[in-house]
Amino acid sequence: MQTVDMEAPYQILNPEGELIGPLPDGLSDKQLVEWYRMMWLIRFFSNKTVALQRQGRATTWGPLVGQEATAIGMAAPLLSQDWLAGSYRDSGAYMVKGYPMAALFYYTRGFHTPPEVIGPDVRCLPYQIVIGTQMLHSVGLAMAAKIKGEDSVVVAGCGDGATSEGDFNEALNFAGVYKAPVVLVVVNNGWAISMPRHKQSAAKYLAMRGPGFGMPGRLVDGNDIFAMYAVMKDSIDQARSGGGPTLVEAITYRLGAHTTADDPTRYRPKEEADYWEHRDPTKRFRTFLMKRGLLDEASERDIIEAAETEVNEQARIAYEAAIPGPDGFFHNLYASLPPRLERQRQGLLKEYSLQGEGR
Amino acid sequence: MTITIATKLTIIEALNQALATEMERDERVVILGEDVGKNGGVFRVTDGLQARFGESRVFDTPLAESGIIGTSIGLAINGLRPIPEIQFGGFLYVAMNQLVSQAARMRYRSGGRYSCPMVIRAPFGGGVRTPEMHSDSLEGVFMQTPGLKVVIPSNPYDAKGLLLAAIEDPDPVIFLENIKLYRSFKQEVPAERYTIPLSQAAIVQEGSDLSIIAYGAMVPMAQDAAKQIADETGASIEIIDLRTTWPMDEETIVASVMKTGRAIVSHEAPMAGGVGAEVVAIINENCLYSLLKPVARVTGFDTPFPTPGMEDYYMPNVSRLKKAILQTLED
Repeated sequence: MQTVDMEAPYQILNPEGELIGPLPDGLSDKQLVEWYRMMWLIRFFSNKTVALQRQGRATTWGPLVGQEATAIGMAAPLLSQDWLAGSYRDSGAYMVKGYPMAALFYYTRGFHTPPEVIGPDVRCLPYQIVIGTQMLHSVGLAMAAKIKGEDSVVVAGCGDGATSEGDFNEALNFAGVYKAPVVLVVVNNGWAISMPRHKQSAAKYLAMRGPGFGMPGRLVDGNDIFAMYAVMKDSIDQARSGGGPTLVEAITYRLGAHTTADDPTRYRPKEEADYWEHRDPTKRFRTFLMKRGLLDEASERDIIEAAETEVNEQARIAYEAAIPGPDGFFHNLYASLPPRLERQRQGLLKEYSLQGEGR
Repeated sequence: MTITIATKLTIIEALNQALATEMERDERVVILGEDVGKNGGVFRVTDGLQARFGESRVFDTPLAESGIIGTSIGLAINGLRPIPEIQFGGFLYVAMNQLVSQAARMRYRSGGRYSCPMVIRAPFGGGVRTPEMHSDSLEGVFMQTPGLKVVIPSNPYDAKGLLLAAIEDPDPVIFLENIKLYRSFKQEVPAERYTIPLSQAAIVQEGSDLSIIAYGAMVPMAQDAAKQIADETGASIEIIDLRTTWPMDEETIVASVMKTGRAIVSHEAPMAGGVGAEVVAIINENCLYSLLKPVARVTGFDTPFPTPGMEDYYMPNVSRLKKAILQTLED
């Protein structure tokens, strides 16, 4: 079994933007510029949702600024037949998998996102709220793929806090026992609300949990888009070829608050955030692209302006999309609504002087 | 319909036959749980199925109830029809988040794109001296867990037909099997496939003076009590077997109580806030002016299910039920 260098996270591009390892194969210049664009899409998307929350239009939101490289690397190697199941802070990875940004905005308006808003099925489970729970669903998805002999892989995302949950550990155990084609990613952003990573577990690295469950554990600098992509690509390829699961720990940092309801200055020293500002994933990637001649200030300005425009457009789509009637929470509860619930639904509609939709 | 010869089977055997029938018919059906493979389950419900259908369709899991339900959710979303077994109903608590917040809500959360067609089987109930914490009856708990259905058969014929209907159902179904009834009697069960619709109660016996609403192990007990009362007083008692406790068949309850004007509801689970309380509320809402006496509840106590040495005091029994019947029959 592949063992891990648990001394330092794997890195290809250092915070100064210098290559210190081999670039992953098969990446075109166009792809790299697209990733840079995607970083800004994710960042603007997160910031826009915070702004909408401040205006009272969006619900409580968990920003993911600072985690863009992890998000992109997590999902970029996935194919259309693959699955992705993450937490509420994995929305960036969802976008990379093809889940529309407008659908994410729609959810933060306060409604479950219906297939009409999502469009074609891109095999992303509704992002998870109860911490760690989705890791088991992912292993189950992967077990089914294996039983059916399908060529699909599952990526599961969770945070560092989730590793303390029973479900996280059960998921690793099931994945190992059934050699499930799944890559379990711990997006270690340093904090579970106010709980620092070192108080969450006495282990030096969370990736060490992998060998304990009979699978490789891989530690990677989650702010290094190349390292993140390389480790994910390798782990996903291994799962696809029957080599079984991998636990990946991506070291990144939540530059913002846990949610719009959180104030990190209560528990986090300012010096720490300053240190991580320096390690911002967009900065080192920008330096690399500039040095390579793939980006200059003019083209960057175009990318950033276009990204911001697209984010606003996606928000507009979400906020102009139809919303459910007062009986929305009766829809899709069961395949067909039991008579008692149908009576309750009709009663609710009557209360609001509306006709039943017959849905 | 082809008529085949019915064989006398126990509930265990009827369930085993149902599982084999559906695995034969539908290759999406997989069985998972603790000791369900080579061992055939601790009660032998899955006996012989791994040998017949292979280890990729009948497989043992690590000892983790949340893991069993959580992975079953993924199996179901990705196109299979998992039938996870939780070894004893009392251990369902360990998997509550996966059942209630996850399996039950996947269809709803995904706007109907993904669903969790699965049957969670669990032996439950007292009367056979299982160690403590094995015997809890959770159907009352599962009345406040929207998105789930709860089925509890009382005899071998129903066990087979209800299990087949549950497997076919597009939503997650908790299928609770009274341990006490597993091998307590045999009944003719047709060899062919048949289903009994969920949420449809059965009128076990018709009567005109009093309605007993029961399910699971309380049904044979009610039959016993009703026969004794009939012999002793000539009273005519109607017995309704709910079969599905959620969503329950309100119409059958209401029609019966409108007719008899007297009702008793009986279950082994604690009294407070459970199936009995809901049945009383349904009667109150629909049959108040037909009622001749208050509706009685003959149930377990609002205590934990006791240790094996104490369970006889806890369990509802024929004499408790008869006493309630006589009181309810009094003018």
